[in-house]
Amino acid sequence: MTQEQIKAAIIEQILFIAPDIEEANIIPDKNIQRSLEIDSFDFLKILTALNEVTGVEVPESDYSKVDTLEHMCEYFMKRVKD
Amino acid sequence: MSTFVMPSLGADMESAVLMEWKIKEGDRVEKGQVIAEVETSKGVIEIEVFEEGTVDKILVKEETECTVGTPLAIIRTDNETLEEEMPTQTLQHLDEKRPHTDATIDIPVSESSERVKASPAARRKAKELGIDLFSLAATTGEVHLSHVESAAPAEPVEQKTQVSGMRQAIARAMSRSNSEIPHYYLTTSINMTPALHWLEEMNAKRSIKDRILPAALLIRAVVLSLKAVPELNGFWENDAPNIKTQINAGIAIALRKEGLITPALLNAESMNLDETMHSLDDLISRTRAGKLRNTEITQQTITITNLGDLGVESVYGVIYPPQLALIGLGRIINAPWAEGDALCVRKVMQATLAGDHRATDGRTGAKFLEKLNDLLQHPEELL
Repeated sequence: MTQEQIKAAIIEQILFIAPDIEEANIIPDKNIQRSLEIDSFDFLKILTALNEVTGVEVPESDYSKVDTLEHMCEYFMKRVKD
Repeated sequence: MSTFVMPSLGADMESAVLMEWKIKEGDRVEKGQVIAEVETSKGVIEIEVFEEGTVDKILVKEETECTVGTPLAIIRTDNETLEEEMPTQTLQHLDEKRPHTDATIDIPVSESSERVKASPAARRKAKELGIDLFSLAATTGEVHLSHVESAAPAEPVEQKTQVSGMRQAIARAMSRSNSEIPHYYLTTSINMTPALHWLEEMNAKRSIKDRILPAALLIRAVVLSLKAVPELNGFWENDAPNIKTQINAGIAIALRKEGLITPALLNAESMNLDETMHSLDDLISRTRAGKLRNTEITQQTITITNLGDLGVESVYGVIYPPQLALIGLGRIINAPWAEGDALCVRKVMQATLAGDHRATDGRTGAKFLEKLNDLLQHPEELL
């Protein structure tokens, strides 16, 4: 997967979980949960869906590394196998 | 024959719109089957039937607004030979608590809890025209139809801030709670470090699909504490507490757009931790998708509000009538904590109980919070 594909997949999952959000409101360096009002259940759903798409499983101890869209892209980019 | 009527979906509901029939005449129905969808102030709710039989006749077309108790369909129950009149489907117990004297139409634009003296025709007309009966009553005293008509503007009145149906429903229930229920409040600080640490270790060994969130652990702990102190679980009915062994935990769930629903996690007392997590996840998804069932929005025996994600540290709730208590769980924060002689930093949560003082005293509430604290110090008991 390319960086662009990963970013698109993350955005797709966020918009699926929170259909009222506009793509433009997802600011790359803002905390995803706080800025978009995504609770722990929805956040887990996003990570579960991304696990299915990318094969990467984010352990809870790494949650601080996937707090923003930017960080999440980097995190998955490093770990995803082509 | 049995008449299937528009059920009461909460003490505050007067009518709902029958949106869609899931069955047609001649169909077999089973107990618990969803047979219709209705739109209420709480969103679209799936309505279940409580007996087995055959749909004899559908009495109401789709997209019709029906008041509570309106016959919607006739169901021929099995082993029925004669056309005898069966008792109509029992209305929800909450229905008994509806203010029967107050059958007139609500005036949503008014904030005052006082009722204006007005004739039914005047009320209806005032609602139609969007005229505030309260300001009218200030000049006329008792309001009659002629007063309303003369007050009607030539042009449609400017709409006041639109209050959603859900906001109105919350307003009515909360006003009633505050005027009827003598609340008492108790709070305790709970060291959540042992429970969260235990949860982290367990989750690290699980796949992402099977992870347990702290919210599920907390609800499980509350439910187990209620088993130990059942006096808080049930209803205030006919001037007496009606304690329930079944725990239908009403979980406060914020909707993304606006408002709040507290659907029930039905029979939470029979679930282990994994089942609690799974059912909670399912309940939240269906709440946000507008796919709740009537039993889930009418049979809560207690309310749990977990503001964990919202960021306030404690919540002093307003009990949802006719329930007996509400449990508020605040955000878990890093806080100074004394252990023996040492001062350390721990994950700390404020747990608050709002109790109905008619039904219980602070001693009962204190026993509950103590049990909750105790369980969270021994999380392995929550599995």
